[in-house]
Amino acid sequence: MKNEETVLSEREKILARVREALKIPAHVPGAHGTAPLPASAHSPAADARSWLPKVGDSFAEQLALFQSTAAELKAEVQMVASRDAVKAALAKMASDGNWKRIATHKGELTDFATADLGLPICRTEGGYDVQEMEACDAGITECDALVAQTGSVLVTSLSAGGRGLSVLPPHHVVIARREQLVADLPAAFALVQKKYAPHFPSMISFITGPSRTGDIERILVLGAHGPKKLTILCF
Amino acid sequence: MSTFASQFLKQARVMTADLRHRKIIRTALTNYEIVRDKRKGAFQSWESARQAAAETKWEAVNHLDKYLVELVSKLEARGTKVHWASTGAQASEIILQIVRDKQARSVIKSKSMTSEEVHLNAALEKAGLEVVESDLGEFIMQLRDEPPYHIVFPSMHLTRGEIKDLFQRELGDAPSDSPEELTMVARRALRKKYLTADIGFTGANFAIAETGMISITENEGNARLTSALPKTMVSLLGIEKVLPRLEDLALFLPMLATAGTGQALTCYNTMYGGPRQPGESDGPEEFHVILLDNHRTELLADAEQRDALHCIRCGACLNACPIFRNVGGHTYATTYSGPIGSVITPHLRGLQDWKHLSNASSLCGGCTEACPVKIDLHHHLLQNRRNAATEEPAFFERSLYQIFGFVANRPALWAVAKKLGRFGQPLQNLVKGTALDPAKAWTQTRDLPPMPKESFKDWWQKRKG
Amino acid sequence: MTITLFIPCFVDALFPRAGISMVQLLEGLGHKVVCPEEISCCGQPPFNSGYWGEARPVAAKVLEQLKDAEAVVIGSGSCGAMVKKFYPELFAGKPQEELAKKIAARTWEFSDFIVSKLGVTDFGAKFPHKVTFHDGCHGLRELDIKKSPRALLAKVQGLQLVEMAEAETCCGFGGTFAAKFPMISTAMGDVKCASAAETGAEYIVSNDSSCLMHLQGLLTRQGKPLKTIHLAEVLNQR
Repeated sequence: MKNEETVLSEREKILARVREALKIPAHVPGAHGTAPLPASAHSPAADARSWLPKVGDSFAEQLALFQSTAAELKAEVQMVASRDAVKAALAKMASDGNWKRIATHKGELTDFATADLGLPICRTEGGYDVQEMEACDAGITECDALVAQTGSVLVTSLSAGGRGLSVLPPHHVVIARREQLVADLPAAFALVQKKYAPHFPSMISFITGPSRTGDIERILVLGAHGPKKLTILCF
Repeated sequence: MSTFASQFLKQARVMTADLRHRKIIRTALTNYEIVRDKRKGAFQSWESARQAAAETKWEAVNHLDKYLVELVSKLEARGTKVHWASTGAQASEIILQIVRDKQARSVIKSKSMTSEEVHLNAALEKAGLEVVESDLGEFIMQLRDEPPYHIVFPSMHLTRGEIKDLFQRELGDAPSDSPEELTMVARRALRKKYLTADIGFTGANFAIAETGMISITENEGNARLTSALPKTMVSLLGIEKVLPRLEDLALFLPMLATAGTGQALTCYNTMYGGPRQPGESDGPEEFHVILLDNHRTELLADAEQRDALHCIRCGACLNACPIFRNVGGHTYATTYSGPIGSVITPHLRGLQDWKHLSNASSLCGGCTEACPVKIDLHHHLLQNRRNAATEEPAFFERSLYQIFGFVANRPALWAVAKKLGRFGQPLQNLVKGTALDPAKAWTQTRDLPPMPKESFKDWWQKRKG
Repeated sequence: MTITLFIPCFVDALFPRAGISMVQLLEGLGHKVVCPEEISCCGQPPFNSGYWGEARPVAAKVLEQLKDAEAVVIGSGSCGAMVKKFYPELFAGKPQEELAKKIAARTWEFSDFIVSKLGVTDFGAKFPHKVTFHDGCHGLRELDIKKSPRALLAKVQGLQLVEMAEAETCCGFGGTFAAKFPMISTAMGDVKCASAAETGAEYIVSNDSSCLMHLQGLLTRQGKPLKTIHLAEVLNQR
């Protein structure tokens, strides 16, 4: 590594240039006036909820929106009646998909749901072998929230067994409770703050449908690098 | 004229004559426009969202010193190593030093325009490393040994047939020209690379000062894998990427997706706040963040064009630009093409060498209208023209405008000039479109309207009596 | 009211009928029209090329001529934008700054003046043709004029307006751009003409003669039957 002194000096040089440059004020863009805004005032984005796409007021509307949005994104949403039904649904998925082995993490829902599958399990807690996980047919995780507005699943490195589990196997299955549904992105970020601040997980990810690309003639192909299938099992 | 300018003219002539290429770009962007407009329509108020995004970026950029310090202290508090680079060469050197420390042999990269800007791949390859681009479009362009065509759609100018041939030639694996199968070829090839790479390299779309995180937007999951598997993660970002608060992303993530690709949200939007933390099952042991200046502070010092640093690299201005659509991305010969590239390249690489990009615009304003953070793009092109002409006026052009002004302000002379034009036109018609034609630039492809016997002013004066 | 009509240089020299139509239409509404004969050009060519120092004397003369005007109407969105939007910028920090702002505030593009200021849309015009409308960029994006010309066309008897997909796309004229980058300008014009032709229209109508000069130049050269005509001339057809 460079010695401490050069590192500091490059930092100070850049910050000095920034401060020098900012001595001349710039106009605020657009129509809301030209008076300079103070730092850390009311966030202009704080009102985002009133401009972002509508989500509906009731839980039922939001749940319906989540389902339709996720479906449009080619994610599969299975609403089941109970915790026990999750187990059955997962078992059916395993047999339909002819799963040979799965990967999962320690968690109240994942432990319960995978307990009787009778398949070899690659577990992530305490570290795992990457090649072994790569060979798994499905990665089964919990999540922090489902986002109605965007059809997204919010996962973190703490809630979903690390960084790799939700992207390495070809099929990602998320087990979620209905009450984990939040209305929109502002609510999802508020949840992250409330749940974790200041000790945030090292990775926080919004997963919105299965992995995709349009890099060849802008034609949609699923499973570019991450999972080709995303199933949300919700009870 | 600078070499870059004559190159641009030459290439523009070739590309505008390439109707097949123009049709490919037009088709791709017409489809983009349809989905983008649908997504914009889903916003309760896209215009208010734009204004808020512009004001948020304004706040961040105009208090950049404060937010950078906050970002860095939050990043470091959780074990991230932060580096500062004044130049592109310094940024590459910092990464090479990490490579040497780790005795790394291979780097897997997710898409990063900033790494294109500092020519990172060339530096790493020169040092003997294997560098692999993992974004499909970038992977394709790397196999072709060409820079990305577009900042968001790197390979949009290629057909599936061309990509099939490329994969067959370079990978020996191309079962058909179906986009599905070709994507799977790349998936298989790159999976091996993720599993073995020593270093995962990424760019960043945003950096959050409040919580000390970088945010990466992608669709394929390649950045997720890049940051999950290798033992060392390195992220390079311009200092202007900072946003004040985590909640700001609630606005910026959907706006970036809408403007960039016409999606409500891209598939993966991920915030990284450090290396693997205690209790976590995977993730890199080391996380390095490199903050790059590379002339950004010079742009920052230009208060008039400071808002160009608000750019979130969505590519919406490229997509809207009729110049881009007709000359294509490579003609610019810059890292950042299209209107934003024409605005900032003179600041990054020198005004006199790159002013031609600001001249190569009809100033239609389509870019400014498309920009989700309201950068006054087309007026900045005009300002670049003014700055270039003030700094180094072209003798001939200035003289022309001096004569023009002299005549314009003397109505009698102006009237004479009109008459000369009318009587000269039949003569000019004889040489129309040839080297002798003073209006050749116009008449090679267009007719001039015949000058009427009576001008408006003739009519007006006669009528007044 | 007394209307000071600013006829742009290229309308004066090349398209007098558009200017004459504007005079006749405004007078037909009972207004007094004056055309300052001392004004030749708004100064846009040097301004857009970056030669602001060379543009200022030309623009200053325009300001001088317009200083007592009650309402200034300009027969082009482009020159309208120059006076209304760019003069205040051109004279920022100069002695004429206040005058530039004052005049900008009472300056109108022709079609917008008629609809937004005078509240008139119907001239009793007859033009039994299928037309498509080209939004000149300066009028559209600098002055935000989109509805006014269409409101006027809607009242023309026999006229059928068919919007083209590329109505808001730049035609590729762009002033000196057309001469400095003729191949790009031509490519853009071809896109525009193709889009207009797709509608099956007989005429491209616009409130900007400069765009039409470029498009007509291409159409004539390529032997295409599509024609161009200024909005004022359409409104003046009986």
